[in-house]
Amino acid sequence: MNYYESADLKRFAEVGKFRKDLMDKFFDYYNSVTGVDGALTKREKALIALAVSVAKQCPYCIDAYTQACLESGANPDQMTEAIHVAAAMEAGMTLVHGVQMQNVLERMDA
Amino acid sequence: MSMMEIELPLLSDMPTIHDPHYDFEAYLDRYNLVLKPSIIDTLQINITKLCNQACRHCHVDASPKRTEQMNETTLRQILQILAKNEEIKNVDITGGAPELNPFFDWFVIEAKKLNKHIMVRHNLTVTFDGNPVTGESKRYLPEFFAEHNVEVISSLPYYQEYFTDKQRGKGVFSKSIESILLLNKVGYGTEDSSLHLNLVYNPAGAFLPASQQSLEADFKKELWQQYGIRFNNLYTITNMPIHRFRDNLIRHGGYNDYMEKLVNAFNPVAALGIMCRTIISVGYDGTLYDCDFNQMLEMEIQNGVKKTVFNFDYKKMLNRSILFGSHCFGCTAGTGSSCGGATV
Repeated sequence: MNYYESADLKRFAEVGKFRKDLMDKFFDYYNSVTGVDGALTKREKALIALAVSVAKQCPYCIDAYTQACLESGANPDQMTEAIHVAAAMEAGMTLVHGVQMQNVLERMDA
Repeated sequence: MSMMEIELPLLSDMPTIHDPHYDFEAYLDRYNLVLKPSIIDTLQINITKLCNQACRHCHVDASPKRTEQMNETTLRQILQILAKNEEIKNVDITGGAPELNPFFDWFVIEAKKLNKHIMVRHNLTVTFDGNPVTGESKRYLPEFFAEHNVEVISSLPYYQEYFTDKQRGKGVFSKSIESILLLNKVGYGTEDSSLHLNLVYNPAGAFLPASQQSLEADFKKELWQQYGIRFNNLYTITNMPIHRFRDNLIRHGGYNDYMEKLVNAFNPVAALGIMCRTIISVGYDGTLYDCDFNQMLEMEIQNGVKKTVFNFDYKKMLNRSILFGSHCFGCTAGTGSSCGGATV
């Protein structure tokens, strides 16, 4: 047995075994955000969710949103661009901390 | 019963037609659905299993090696049925590549004389590939279709090369684009033309189609911008878990996941629109079936004796009981699936 089992994704709702009211509120919110076309289409939302899934390295979400992207009509080019956006953001967020480093260098007159 | 309660079968134990783990009729009962034929307005005839292609998802298992052909006697009998039954307004000719039946051209001309609407499931590439057995050219097809006002329905799994070639073979996308351009040139696909060209999308894998409306908009935009192509409608079709596609799923361990996906997406409204309620499917030897999928699974219409075009009786066919199997979940998932696309 692994810590992550793909079959566990289907058991997500079981988290509501205790304090079901809170889980119900979560699913309500989650489905309202991701499950319908709004100002963003379901496809655009699925691509964002895929990018977030990869950035946060959640195997359940990567599985679910790879499928959701395909089922909303996205193609591998679009999906790959989405995860590159995540990767570029991660790189940017790392590099922008270089300014902190520069600040320290300046403060130390180095 | 939720899918979580299902104990999944061993792959080697999986029955082809009635898999008790995916019991379609139990779902009809659960939703109090009694699906009977409503009218028979279409004869869908499968006139050959010969094809110039051998696509990964083909439920017919068609290929250049197949030899089954509908003969002239059977085709003449179908013409008699069409002449006698005004209710049957549409003839949907499929295969294989139906143009590879030696009587195809003659049959289209004769059926047209009976004022029937003719649809041909045209794979686009046969125009360039020709007959893989005889080498006969099929370059005349666009003009032939236009001359006889045939509705052309063609599979194009995606508006890009990757998904299309992955499913239908290397080089199919570019050949299909050239073929559609030829159809456009003779008048197909423009809004003011009576020559209709409809494209068919099916997913390039074990997933459900996106909404027909949104995919049609994508296809129209991309194909126009990239290639200057026009077409009328896009039909989205769900991959059926039978034959070649099913075998691939089993080989890659995805059969149960796919069946669960179809079952979880069961839509009773889509079920009301399934195509077996309005068509009769005819096999190359004249045997009658509820749909092309039942035909490929050899689920013959029985009602006492085997039904063929030679004992066809419209009223009896209208009152028949439709045969269902686990594959029928493919037609009722999400927005539904039929030879004319989504049913909801």
